[in-house]
Amino acid sequence: MSLQADILVLLPELTLAIGAMVLLLTGAIMGEKSAPVISWAAIALLAVAGALVVTGQTGGAFNGAFVADGFSRFAKVLILIGAALSILLAEEFFSTIKLSRFELPVLMVIATLGMMLMVSASSFLSLYMGLELQSLALYVLASFNRDHLRSTEAGLKYFVLGALSSGMLLYGISLIYGFTGSVEFGQVATAIFDNGVSLGIIFGMVFLVAGLAFKVSAVPFHMWTPDVYEGAPTPVTAYFATAAKVAALCLFLRAILVPFPDAINQWRQIIIFISILSMALGAVAALGQKNIKRLMAYSSIGHMGYALLGLAAGTALGVRGVLIYLAIYVFTNLGVFAAIQAMRRSGKAVEEIADLAGLARTSPKLALVFSMLFLSLAGLPPLAGFFAKFYVFLAAIQAGLLWPAILGVMASAIGLVYYLRLVKIMYFDEPAPAFDGEIGIGSRAILVISGVFALLFIFAASPIITAADTAAKALLP
Amino acid sequence: MFEAVAFYFFSAILIASAVMVIAARNPVHSVLFLILAFFNAAGLFVLLGAEFLGMILVVVYVGAVAVLFLFVVMMLDVDFAELKRGTLQYLPFGALIGVILVAELVMAGSVWVARPSAPLASATPAGLSNTEALGMILYTDYIYYFQIAGMVLLVAMIGAIVLTLRSRPGVRRQVISVQNARTAAMAVDMHDLKPGQGSEGERA
Repeated sequence: MSLQADILVLLPELTLAIGAMVLLLTGAIMGEKSAPVISWAAIALLAVAGALVVTGQTGGAFNGAFVADGFSRFAKVLILIGAALSILLAEEFFSTIKLSRFELPVLMVIATLGMMLMVSASSFLSLYMGLELQSLALYVLASFNRDHLRSTEAGLKYFVLGALSSGMLLYGISLIYGFTGSVEFGQVATAIFDNGVSLGIIFGMVFLVAGLAFKVSAVPFHMWTPDVYEGAPTPVTAYFATAAKVAALCLFLRAILVPFPDAINQWRQIIIFISILSMALGAVAALGQKNIKRLMAYSSIGHMGYALLGLAAGTALGVRGVLIYLAIYVFTNLGVFAAIQAMRRSGKAVEEIADLAGLARTSPKLALVFSMLFLSLAGLPPLAGFFAKFYVFLAAIQAGLLWPAILGVMASAIGLVYYLRLVKIMYFDEPAPAFDGEIGIGSRAILVISGVFALLFIFAASPIITAADTAAKALLP
Repeated sequence: MFEAVAFYFFSAILIASAVMVIAARNPVHSVLFLILAFFNAAGLFVLLGAEFLGMILVVVYVGAVAVLFLFVVMMLDVDFAELKRGTLQYLPFGALIGVILVAELVMAGSVWVARPSAPLASATPAGLSNTEALGMILYTDYIYYFQIAGMVLLVAMIGAIVLTLRSRPGVRRQVISVQNARTAAMAVDMHDLKPGQGSEGERA
């Protein structure tokens, strides 16, 4: 394949890379005052990249390092939406606390580039490169509020544990390379098809899954999540919870389903184990939390468990379930974090759950959106979150995983308790002092979009489900 | 014969110095042993015919990383005795995990069969030297990876600057443009001094 053809396939990513450098130079020349301009330019850049993704070419490029297909297209659109709205949140957040810096949107654009490379990776080498590009930018973003103790702690913890997980991932990749003779997903699959699953490949696969489970924060590799979610600045946490999760989970899907279709009996039990543990921990550990961002961290651990159930199914239906799950999860979480960002009292951010007490009386609109999103996360019909879980459980049951699905339903019933507790605190407890009234126009828009999405998904579900279906068939024809 | 002797020579020193890195009491000695370990690893690479990797190891790790470590160790006042205090306490647990992991690897390794048809890559294919062979593919077949590596380095640079660069008030900086724009007229102040009254500076 010629270089021109390769570049055409890679066009959205190239646009982001070059655009990020242009933004960086512009910011460096214009100085610190340029932060709002650069933020809006970054959002425009992500929109352009999104248009290129949707209209762009599909196919492989660079000798099988990179592939653009329907699956990566669906994931990239979600990632770009999550990233653009997180930048919008970040602009408002950092200008409120007078810490606007133009590097933030630039780093977010570069992290988004890494995520797009991750979901398009079709060899273990490009998987690792994309992952590192994304992670390195995220470490910096987590400690962006550098004079804040918790923020630097979050960055450092994330960095150390991320490096450890990358080590495990690389060890697994090296074993897989050694025992199959290739790092390309397709060729690994061929080698396993020809020669069967040797013990070395299983060993490599176990380390690979461990490394990837770290990145999606599935139990037992979840320890970093609550601290990082709590410590990182709120818009950055929103970014972690939306775009980064989509990228990591889609990477997980491709890196397991494409190279190892003939080893499904070996990896399936690991994934089921991880998935059940995550669902259980997400439901139980969230009960005792006092900080809303920590609570969201445990909630995200639980949600990753449900989504992994779709991977365990190992079918196109399961992939479809995961993609629908991710789409709903991204929109709901963006709304929740926009609402958390609105929790400010006399100019200072508050994050305790107790601060939400009686919100329905002090600011009824915020309380309404908040509780609708929480109920959607809990999976109450007819809100969006119900359909997310429904399609994943459906795929799991059709793949013969009846027991994991039943355990999942039980976990979500337990999870319902703490989401309902939040709603109860907002509606029936004695009101705490009111929050600062003004919410930025961007946050307002995000709150409305995600509230409407959660409420009306039932009427607009079919295009999303069709798109997810096409994407899943592209991954598993 | 010579290669076998050289291999065991390099390996023995490598392992011994690696142990000394964590065992040495003086942190400066640790770093020096680390440098020794890097040199011997480079020797092993040369024995394999991978002289490029050997060279890179010396240039990057010895030349930059180890020297940086040395600077950090000597310039920062880190109490290493304090850091090491917990070591003995965690040693049994850590050793237990290590033993379990090794036992598992041995158990698995005893029944492993490498894929017989997996091609062994030669360090010097088709009569090219290792460096030449790498140069042939690095900017052609692997251009994609090479460019992403560049982006990763860019992020590292931005990150380091974002997290550490501060503009503190009251710090004197050199401003080249101001220096260059200085003229004799700006640098010299002419005062008309009356005899017996001293200059303004003396009076103040």
